[in-house]
Amino acid sequence: MSAEMKPKKEGLFSKKNRSLLIDPMNANNPITVQVLGICSALAITVKLKPAIVMGLSVIVVTALANVITSLMRNMIPNRIRIIVQLVVVASLVILVDQVLKAYVYDVSKQLSVFVGLIITNCIIMGRIEAFSLGNTPWKSFLDGLGNGAAYGGILIIVAFFRELLGNGTLYDYPVVEWMGLYDLGYKNNGMMLLPPMALIVVALIIWVQRAKTPSLIEKD
Amino acid sequence: MQDILNIFVKSIFIDNMIFAYFLGMCSYLAVSKTVKTAMGLGLAVTFVLTITLPVNYLLETKVLKQGALAWLDPSFAELDLSFLSFIMFIAVIAAMVQLVEMVVEKFAPALYSALGIFLPLIAVNCSILGGSLFMQERAYENIGQATVFGFGSGIGWLLAIVAIAAIRERLKYSHVPAPLRGLGITFIITGLMGMAFMSFMGIKL
Repeated sequence: MSAEMKPKKEGLFSKKNRSLLIDPMNANNPITVQVLGICSALAITVKLKPAIVMGLSVIVVTALANVITSLMRNMIPNRIRIIVQLVVVASLVILVDQVLKAYVYDVSKQLSVFVGLIITNCIIMGRIEAFSLGNTPWKSFLDGLGNGAAYGGILIIVAFFRELLGNGTLYDYPVVEWMGLYDLGYKNNGMMLLPPMALIVVALIIWVQRAKTPSLIEKD
Repeated sequence: MQDILNIFVKSIFIDNMIFAYFLGMCSYLAVSKTVKTAMGLGLAVTFVLTITLPVNYLLETKVLKQGALAWLDPSFAELDLSFLSFIMFIAVIAAMVQLVEMVVEKFAPALYSALGIFLPLIAVNCSILGGSLFMQERAYENIGQATVFGFGSGIGWLLAIVAIAAIRERLKYSHVPAPLRGLGITFIITGLMGMAFMSFMGIKL
């Protein structure tokens, strides 16, 4: 390895490494700021349970894909790197898919094609391209963990509101019924369960985030 | 004939890749600033969907599905390779995109320079892999249906991205609250368009 890559003794959780983990949560959120990985994100946020499972799967795949490509980063020829990345990611997704089928079959059925679509999730390819091909495995692991978690976080926020307002339940527990709101004439908003509302909930999250962090507002 | 037409209409309006499944949103948001580029990307996606679906359909029915290999040797009738489908599909898509890129560059340089940058991007567009996975899940009866489904999905995607690009061109002149500018308002408009498209639900030919 080159001279400037000489390891300067750096703690496992030094300040820089911690920021790798935490930055994606807000200032550099993959969904609301970088607009990556929305493809497979929104269709599975009707209920909390699939959203949580999906979030966990993406965390596993991003973190491991980052580590593996980072380990191989000096061996991959530049011209065919996309194919190599796709193969690494696809193998990991196959593993995740088989595990889901074995242990949580019903959720895996609900997620249907969206588990497979983790392969083309732009967050994963984006992090490999932008980060793990130029960084050490541990850093790439933290980066993957951070980005995966940030993605899962948004999924859970969206699913929370959609399930609560649309179905009156949370993680399949009938929360609204327990609070007795139905007796007062409260009705579920079935609209929240339809696909377009996912987009609008994400738009609202973006609105809140950008109103709080004005530096993120787009010019013109 | 009627079922083919039915699949075509259904894949454009009801099961629209963007409004019903949010597939290909990344490039949909990134490349919808002007109608011209949106049109280019839309055409490229339609093209690649139309050629990858039949290939993946053959792969699915002749190689991957349980018992699909029986044509090779009766002893393979028990074999189920469907766990390999993700990696096979993505490999076919990446290879096809590469191939299409080379063919288009050789025989239609004008089209190539118009699509140029978008073609390689398409390999990682979720709507392409999504098309193949939906084809697998819905188990179309023959290759014709699968092809028509691919073509229809592509047209639906094209329609969506051209429509949003046209709206965004106009949006430049309107007064949007600062935090919603750009991304936020695009999401809301896509949501509203999705609701409009839902009125097509239940159409049958």
